[in-house]
Amino acid sequence: MEQQALNQMATQVRRDIVRMVHGAASGHPGGSLGCADLITLLYFEVMGIDPSAFDMDGREEDLFFLSNGHISPVWYSVLSRRGYFPVEELATFRKLNTRLQGHPATEEGLPGIRIASGSLGQGLSAAIGAAQVKKLNGESTWVFSLHGDGELQEGQIWEAAMYAPHHGVDNLISFVDCNGQQIDGSTDDVMNLGDLAGKWAAFNWHVLTCDGHDFDALRNAIAKAKENRGTGRPTVVLMKTEMGKGVDFMEGTHEWHGIAPNDDQLASALAQLTSGLDDY
Amino acid sequence: MVNSRYIDSLTPEVSKDTRSGFGEGLLQAGQANDDIVALCADLTGSLKMGGFKNAFPERFFQVGIAEANMMGVAAGMTIGGKIPFTGTFANFSTGRVYDQIRQSIAYSGKNVKICASHAGLTLGEDGATHQILEDMGMMSMLPHMTVICTADFEQTRQATLAVAQHEGPVYLRFGRPKVPVFMRADAPFEIGKAQVLTEGNDVTIVATGHLVWEAMLASQALLDRGVRAEVINVHTIKPLDGQTILDSVKRTGCVVVAEEHQRIGGLGSMVAQLLAEHHPTPMRQVAVEDSFGESGTPAQLMEKYGLNAKAIEAKVEDVMRFAGTVA
Repeated sequence: MEQQALNQMATQVRRDIVRMVHGAASGHPGGSLGCADLITLLYFEVMGIDPSAFDMDGREEDLFFLSNGHISPVWYSVLSRRGYFPVEELATFRKLNTRLQGHPATEEGLPGIRIASGSLGQGLSAAIGAAQVKKLNGESTWVFSLHGDGELQEGQIWEAAMYAPHHGVDNLISFVDCNGQQIDGSTDDVMNLGDLAGKWAAFNWHVLTCDGHDFDALRNAIAKAKENRGTGRPTVVLMKTEMGKGVDFMEGTHEWHGIAPNDDQLASALAQLTSGLDDY
Repeated sequence: MVNSRYIDSLTPEVSKDTRSGFGEGLLQAGQANDDIVALCADLTGSLKMGGFKNAFPERFFQVGIAEANMMGVAAGMTIGGKIPFTGTFANFSTGRVYDQIRQSIAYSGKNVKICASHAGLTLGEDGATHQILEDMGMMSMLPHMTVICTADFEQTRQATLAVAQHEGPVYLRFGRPKVPVFMRADAPFEIGKAQVLTEGNDVTIVATGHLVWEAMLASQALLDRGVRAEVINVHTIKPLDGQTILDSVKRTGCVVVAEEHQRIGGLGSMVAQLLAEHHPTPMRQVAVEDSFGESGTPAQLMEKYGLNAKAIEAKVEDVMRFAGTVA
């Protein structure tokens, strides 16, 4: 996709995020804004997918797993803008009888979602299982997953990390949203993650780092990660991001992890986000 | 009257562990369907999964001592069409991984078969850390989950084959010790359909798992005293075959429910709910009375905690007295 078109789409996704969270008067804007560039790039350029024919099995398609399910606004926006469901449905986010549950779910049959997430630490295991099945089925497709950095405090992540290279899972590219923030404060203060690159390397993963807001850097990281097929080891991309990216008063703080903007704050945010595309 | 569709003889010559029935069923299911995969958390021998592992090494996944990851990987493996069977002890199949099962399997509607051995007190000497008595309650509370608890080797083999055909998450519970193989290998088995093993009009005994054979023994002893018991094998805890139970208690007027489980939250609780709503009936439970287990041989533990034929007979006498059907 053209750089300008990607920028436009990522900006529109950010508009959708703040409007959805404002409309629901609840939700998680900070992490959503921080991952808008990655998820836009994956769905509009990187992944081989067919939104018009979504099914649970996703055979011969690339798959994406959102493990940190609370940033559902960014995923819902990208899925709808990519054609999985009508963009008008974004207005139902978190409201009674919606398919756009607070955290991603399969129960209501929203196209694009293959497993529920929200209780943290579970998505890497699921992504690994799906990647193994792609190998069993003889596919050359890819599985992508995204995790919060705070989420890496969950033990199941490290069970899964140990498992994947043991079983030769090299068709998996996992991203960590390294924004350094979690609900109670900075990750350094709440539970220091230490040397993340060293930890993943010690678990026998290929480790890459990149700027999560630079499309070329993300493209390069994904291209490098794809070269690791055949090594029997997955790749983790430690993606440096800024929570709240694109809305100045939400940037760089954990304060906007899980609260909604009021009317004035929404107006201020939207004034900073000009996409040239239409709102839902 | 013993129902010959299900039972040939009340003096079975062979005893086998139900987990071996699982192992044999898993191998047979794997032979019939290439999409069946198996995962095990370092208990391949205990779960009797070696046959499947040796026959289909490319479809067997050792996960190490990491049950949470096992449940998540299994959930992921359903995406793309596989039918994963997970194997570990009942304790580590449920309590340890409740949230993983809840979110990644049940809420996500994943076609995972959670296969749990060493359930209940009959695990024996390892003691209460491993003797889970709450698992059927926990699993039954989960929407979408089917819960099965089998009575003997043959039934466990049959149930394993049946859950392989069933679409949706299943909790399949079985045990460690060798117990009499009394069910016919060709007995009709249908998930959700209880089996009336003996017919009688004096009292209904609803039993599941290892307690089914004990109920059969109890029914024979009761017959010697002129009490005709109707023994119903409820191998499927959820969905409960309420109709079969109601049809029986409407004739007998009293019921004993027997299970190797806590009295709160298991089959007894579910039968009590059923009866209270549809046909209030005097009832007694043979179950663990809100306590943890302890070390001992399976027989010693079943005796101490009141989970054998003798305990069932005593509860039958008690409930019949309460119901006024005997003096």
